[in-house]
Amino acid sequence: MDSESKLVNITIDGAEVAVPEGTTILDAAARLGIVIPRYCYHPGLSAPAQCRMCLVEVEGAPKPLPACVQQVQDGMVVSTDCVEARKARRSVIEFLLLNHPLDCPICDAAGQCMLQDYAYETGQLRRRAVEPKVVLGRDHVTSEIVYFGDRCILCTRCVRFMDEIAQEPVLQVVNRGHYGYIDTMTDELFEHPFSMNIVDVCPVGALVNEDFLFKARSWDLDQTPSICPACSQGCNVALGTKENRVVRLKPRFNPEVNSYWMCDHGRREVVRWGAGMRAEVPMVREADRLVPVDWSRALDAVVEALQGAAGGAKAIVDPGASNESLYIVRKLMDQAGFDGGGFRVPRGPQYVLKGFPKLALREDRAANARGAEALGFERVDDIYGAVSGHQGVLFVLEERLEDAPAGFADGCALFIYIGSVLSPAARRAHIVLPSPSFAEMDGTFTNFEGRVQRFTQALLPPGLARPLWMSGSAVLARLAGGEPFSSAAAAFAALADEVGAYSGLSYEKIGLTGAVSASAESGATAS
Amino acid sequence: MAYPYEHPRESRMLSQYFGDQDAIGIDGWLERGGYKALDKALGMAQDDVIQVVKDSGLRGRGGAGFPAGLKWSFMPKDGVVPNYLACNADESEPGTFKDRELMRWTPHQVIEGIIICSYAIRARHAYIYIRGEFVDIVRVLNRAVVEAYERGYLGPSILGSGYELDLTVHTGAGAYIAGEETGLLNSLEGRRAEPRVKPPFPAQRGAFGMPTTVNNVETLASVPHIVLNGADWYRQWGTEKSPGTKLFSCCGHLQRPGNYEVALDFNLKDLVYDLCGGPPEGRELLGVIPGGSSVPILTVDELDCDVSYEGIEAAGSFQGSGGLIAMDDSTCMVRAVRRMVEFYAHESCGQCTPCREGTAWLAKILRRIERGEGREEDIPLLLDIGANMAGKTICPLSDSAAVPVVSSIQKFEYEYMAHIRDGSCTAKR
Repeated sequence: MDSESKLVNITIDGAEVAVPEGTTILDAAARLGIVIPRYCYHPGLSAPAQCRMCLVEVEGAPKPLPACVQQVQDGMVVSTDCVEARKARRSVIEFLLLNHPLDCPICDAAGQCMLQDYAYETGQLRRRAVEPKVVLGRDHVTSEIVYFGDRCILCTRCVRFMDEIAQEPVLQVVNRGHYGYIDTMTDELFEHPFSMNIVDVCPVGALVNEDFLFKARSWDLDQTPSICPACSQGCNVALGTKENRVVRLKPRFNPEVNSYWMCDHGRREVVRWGAGMRAEVPMVREADRLVPVDWSRALDAVVEALQGAAGGAKAIVDPGASNESLYIVRKLMDQAGFDGGGFRVPRGPQYVLKGFPKLALREDRAANARGAEALGFERVDDIYGAVSGHQGVLFVLEERLEDAPAGFADGCALFIYIGSVLSPAARRAHIVLPSPSFAEMDGTFTNFEGRVQRFTQALLPPGLARPLWMSGSAVLARLAGGEPFSSAAAAFAALADEVGAYSGLSYEKIGLTGAVSASAESGATAS
Repeated sequence: MAYPYEHPRESRMLSQYFGDQDAIGIDGWLERGGYKALDKALGMAQDDVIQVVKDSGLRGRGGAGFPAGLKWSFMPKDGVVPNYLACNADESEPGTFKDRELMRWTPHQVIEGIIICSYAIRARHAYIYIRGEFVDIVRVLNRAVVEAYERGYLGPSILGSGYELDLTVHTGAGAYIAGEETGLLNSLEGRRAEPRVKPPFPAQRGAFGMPTTVNNVETLASVPHIVLNGADWYRQWGTEKSPGTKLFSCCGHLQRPGNYEVALDFNLKDLVYDLCGGPPEGRELLGVIPGGSSVPILTVDELDCDVSYEGIEAAGSFQGSGGLIAMDDSTCMVRAVRRMVEFYAHESCGQCTPCREGTAWLAKILRRIERGEGREEDIPLLLDIGANMAGKTICPLSDSAAVPVVSSIQKFEYEYMAHIRDGSCTAKR
């Protein structure tokens, strides 16, 4: 809606509001904090006005009107809560529940189900129908998504997502009227890199992700705003966590990055994120073995080792590390003389979401390659080649070194490994500093277009693992003076002071939807 | 060769040549005065054609009775985007079979009306959306369209006027709801025949997103007569609000069922008892549905009204499509209504919740009552479901399904109670 469009005054439930011409009643009501119940309407999709849940009374109109498509007119008087509107809603709920199995106790959507919510709200304790219910059963629509036909209310949000946003119209309503159900055109399952959004848009429990099926009740999940780390797009997500594990991801609305959507790759990756032998305690090498120590002894060892270090510092970093961690590594390297650092980025094919082309599963399958570059690390093909023969200090940050060559880091005077997973090559380090995975700490990523976005801590890190802004800044304070950082925000503030790409930014400014630094914006280049 | 039943009290304008094999082909049609109206219309300004139709008071014959000339005048005149005409020949209202006969016997009457209307609304392409089950009629129409092209009534520069029109006959695939104008447009575009939300109305955004007029076959067939003879001539029939003649498709328990064309001030009771001959020997009429199964049932006592839109409405029903269904005392009203509701449940497109679920639920309850398993609380339940369905959906199918239930309970509750209380039926078999 452009700002020049005319404002019209309308009254909804007695409250007056001025909205631009062309606004729907539903959107106008939202401005007054009135949520008009809806099923088929989804803000990211077209509105077919077919569930009839959003019917409202408009003075002078012969029939109740669907708020999701009805545009406001000057002087309109709308009632969302009068007897007629309530009865209309109540009857829609009754109709929808006629053949609904009411299997909330075993339904994945229970607790986040719009049918459940509104059924409770309208409070129909007794069923008026005595006829047996229609039983449709269930079936896969993709290899990972199951369709429960009995629960489906035929709102067609999934059909419209595939039509309008994925632009791969593989889903449809099969049959007509009350015989209808959702299915693919053929007998075969369909595959689409963004298919799991149909689970998100489903207002009930008809489409469920098999990976999450029966794993958790939605009200048992903690929701934490975060950023998907699986590619350089940086989709805003909410991590659903239970018992200190991420059990699912849901996209978090951000019109600049991912709208209401995200790809399947990210969801699959993140629930497996951080798998492997976790580094839980700091360790220091004594002769040929690593000895677990407490943090004060570990930090003493780092300080001592860096004070006597010679031959410059090289690093291998992971492009999935946070800006704060990368910054601290860079500062530690400076203490020993920065001699270059490299990273490699896992790559994969790019899939653009056609209906929202800002969003793609990017070729760079790591969240922060851009951030690593901003701190002077270089994208290299062979991370090992760049450090072979190095005799000074070697830092490895988060890179798992799973394919490290034999004798890796043999010649290094000092090898400090900072990471969350302990691979055999990492065990060759002189000092191991355990760090949390992305879900276990606060931090920022810089996405492919230079947008800085915050993720927040959802899980407790294992053992004694500490984020590097905490452990590393304590070392820096002892080596270079000053105070250790008290928070990730403080680490970022120092980073923003020093690095032009982040100038003017702070955690407060970035908020939960991200920001682009003015300086980065003027010289932005797409990667 | 006389058309199955004719009656001297009819006013035969549209149906004049029903039963006349020679009127089907173009030569025969020209001999009978065909395409003279087109010639006249092409010599008039487009807005003048619309004005004549407006003045004539012709109302849409598809069921809603919207003034045809007014509908045409909504079409944009600037020619920025193409305008379309869709002739609704989906005739799917149970009990209606007038359009079928119009197209079967006088295809050129319909085509002439289409050409005149297209000219008036500045359309360059018109469609006849015809129900797929009319296989034989499709053949007749296709042949007539070819003839019209051959004689220069269709195609580039019709009759040398410079006006150009193409006409396509498009067959539907068997859905009641494709007869709803926006459902028809979706079907025409190759989509599911699901009615669209209005606004935008078809005159703003219709077929292929372009301004479109949708008119019933009978409406368009009336147009040549009006253009040729003038609005005042057309107003010799009918009432002030409902001028002209209309075909009534009379079926059910009648001695002489068939299509009867009467002036719109004709008496409904006379139509049933005189023209159609009333019920079979030894039977008494129970009720009459005057306008297709979507309108309320009238009892015999309510029949003494004229068949105009306002006349039947005052009697408590609607003229609808003119599909008159008579039921005598051998009819089990519960069963008849159950059958109608099952039809609507089968034909609901399934978009809107109240219709999709409500039609099926009504059918289930009625089946139960018919079986003798009804409960007394089913009567208020049926009425409440009907109220929850009516006026709550995108198109009027939901209302249509509720109407026979509600009106039959209002007028024949004793039949329901006989099933519910005694497990018996009052029908005299």
